[in-house]
Amino acid sequence: MNFDRIKEKLNILADAAKYDVSCSSSGSNRTNKDKGLGNASGMGICHTYTQDGRCVSLLKILLTNHCIFDCAYCVTRKSNDIKRAAFKVQEVVDLTINFYRRNYIEGLFLSSGIFKNPDYTMERLIQVAKKLREEENFNGYIHLKSIPGASDELMREAGLYADRLSVNIEIPTKEGLKLLAPDKKREDFTKPMQKITNEIIQYKSEKKIIKSTPIYAPAGQSTQMIVGASGESDAAIMYTAAHFYKKFQLKRVYYSGYVPISYDDRLPSIGTEVPVLRENRLYQTNWLLRFYGFDIRELLNKEHPNLDVDIDPKLGWALRNLDQFPVDVNRADKRMLARIPGVGMRSVHKILYARKYRKLNWEHLKAIGISMNRAKYFLVCDSSYFESKDRTPEQLKDLILHGGKSKFNNVYNGQLNLFETPQTKRIA
Amino acid sequence: MSHTLSYDNTFEGFLSTVFYVFEYKLSKVKIVKEERFAQTFFDIPIIVETEDEKATRIWRWLAKEAGRGACNDLYRAYLSELEGIEDDLLYFIQAVAKTKDAKHLIKNFADPTILKISKVVRKVGREKHRMDAFVRFRETKDGLYVATVEPDFDVLPLITSHFEKRYADQKWLIYDLKRNYGIYYDLHKVETVKMEMDKNVNKASYSHLFFTENELAYQELWQNYFKSVDIVSRRNTKLHLQHVPKRYWKYLSEKQPFS
Ligand code: SF4
Repeated sequence: MNFDRIKEKLNILADAAKYDVSCSSSGSNRTNKDKGLGNASGMGICHTYTQDGRCVSLLKILLTNHCIFDCAYCVTRKSNDIKRAAFKVQEVVDLTINFYRRNYIEGLFLSSGIFKNPDYTMERLIQVAKKLREEENFNGYIHLKSIPGASDELMREAGLYADRLSVNIEIPTKEGLKLLAPDKKREDFTKPMQKITNEIIQYKSEKKIIKSTPIYAPAGQSTQMIVGASGESDAAIMYTAAHFYKKFQLKRVYYSGYVPISYDDRLPSIGTEVPVLRENRLYQTNWLLRFYGFDIRELLNKEHPNLDVDIDPKLGWALRNLDQFPVDVNRADKRMLARIPGVGMRSVHKILYARKYRKLNWEHLKAIGISMNRAKYFLVCDSSYFESKDRTPEQLKDLILHGGKSKFNNVYNGQLNLFETPQTKRIA
Repeated sequence: MSHTLSYDNTFEGFLSTVFYVFEYKLSKVKIVKEERFAQTFFDIPIIVETEDEKATRIWRWLAKEAGRGACNDLYRAYLSELEGIEDDLLYFIQAVAKTKDAKHLIKNFADPTILKISKVVRKVGREKHRMDAFVRFRETKDGLYVATVEPDFDVLPLITSHFEKRYADQKWLIYDLKRNYGIYYDLHKVETVKMEMDKNVNKASYSHLFFTENELAYQELWQNYFKSVDIVSRRNTKLHLQHVPKRYWKYLSEKQPFS
């Protein structure tokens, strides 16, 4: 191993890959075969966290950062004056195996700039995955990037070795895409996605009949959208996401706050703050859709095209729908319990079990762990004390935000509370 | 009259003690590990013998009455080693005996003790996941992948199966320095082992004595990788520390100074 050379390549190609926020290693069901190395079943593990608190689960690198395209939002774009490097197939295999054996990672996330042409690039990515599976008997997680424009045949092959495939839409609107990535068309993304969706469905149905059918991309597909690069609204992002979730049965859509990387005047300039809070609000919204039974139209619509920045989307919804409150925690169904601000899904389950034994009062609710300073305005329980005063949404918001310590603190804590488990679960 | 019962620090010992409490219909008891016994000399001390057969009987009965899930929870809570946890567990087991249908009793979150047990279970679970994540193997010159840990709770029994399934083709050892025992996989099975660990094994200046050159190279590559994935304009140290508390840094390769 030419150690110094590998080290340099790793620095360049990990640095270039880090803007892809997805690092999930969950959702697969690959078991360890014939006493080989690794497995990829269950939740996926975050082996460490970056200094901005993102999960590090996979070795996430580009095969190369040479690229023939010139997408404005991307550090790897052709016109950018940066150091370029390329791994050999075997080098990626060795790094993956050796990191995995030391329990640093759950597997590999391999992406690439487009060199020569999409098919040539996709072929190289597949070679790495194939080598890992067939020569090393590696059963850990492999996430391959679908290269926009790659042929159907290659996409089909990729799914035989990878657990997950993804292609990033990056820009949520067609107009934005045209402006920022003139080399690319929507179809370049959707075609490989559609191919894989079809293959997954077909392999699944075959597997039902013929047990020996190989598993095919068991962790499905995901995509990523950049937030805050093209002036899009939250509604535009979330409705595009909803469309893709449905059409391609995506497992996850990731939102990545745009990190300014150029002086291109089509984009926010260097020094502009990364919209981390907005990104967080989008994840919260996504979370509400997936686990709390909300419909997207309740959270974002014509009258309300952007999420509130100062309060989380669940509280925002409650304040717009005060007629549905207060909720009686001893009688309400799961759906309504989940809509009480300050009550997370874990608390909902605890309430449902605990109230089989007795009626719950404030003491019980507090012990169970619901966040009183917001929940108390939205519920009644087995107690004669409750907030009976009629208040306007503005008054309530003010009370909740300024009842605590500082305004900022309060917003921030609320946000972290909702994310207490998601941080690990969502990413895992 | 109140009784203090002591047992031999094993889970079977604890269950034997529970059996004893039922057998002699004791009320007002406190159960402590032998090693913690000395401080409580005000009470009448009873040293309970560990009897596997009695332990098994209690355990089977519990599984039947309260369900497998409850048993798993009790075991996990036990591994927390928190002071007084035995008394909470006994409280629950006695409650099972008194309840007609105890299948969901472990979920009676309106009961403060049961709620407390559930919180401890969660903490132990979190520690288990941390160990799944934070174990860092290093390849020794004899081809053994070795990791040292000091978990907050006694979680090695909980992580064994994960590591056994995953690392089936390499010999490995995970050693708990705090509790002075480890789990060792020899390519066939996992065993519990006790050994003298060399004091210098975790000192950077001695690394080259124990570990292969390759090992040190990959540690450095991993540290480099960890640095490269940082996005400086997003840095959020508070969140970082929440996920990777400082007490775990000692054994994380990515957090070591370059050797
Ligand atoms: S094709 Fe991919 S790597 Fe190349 S510039 Fe566009 S986004 Fe970047």
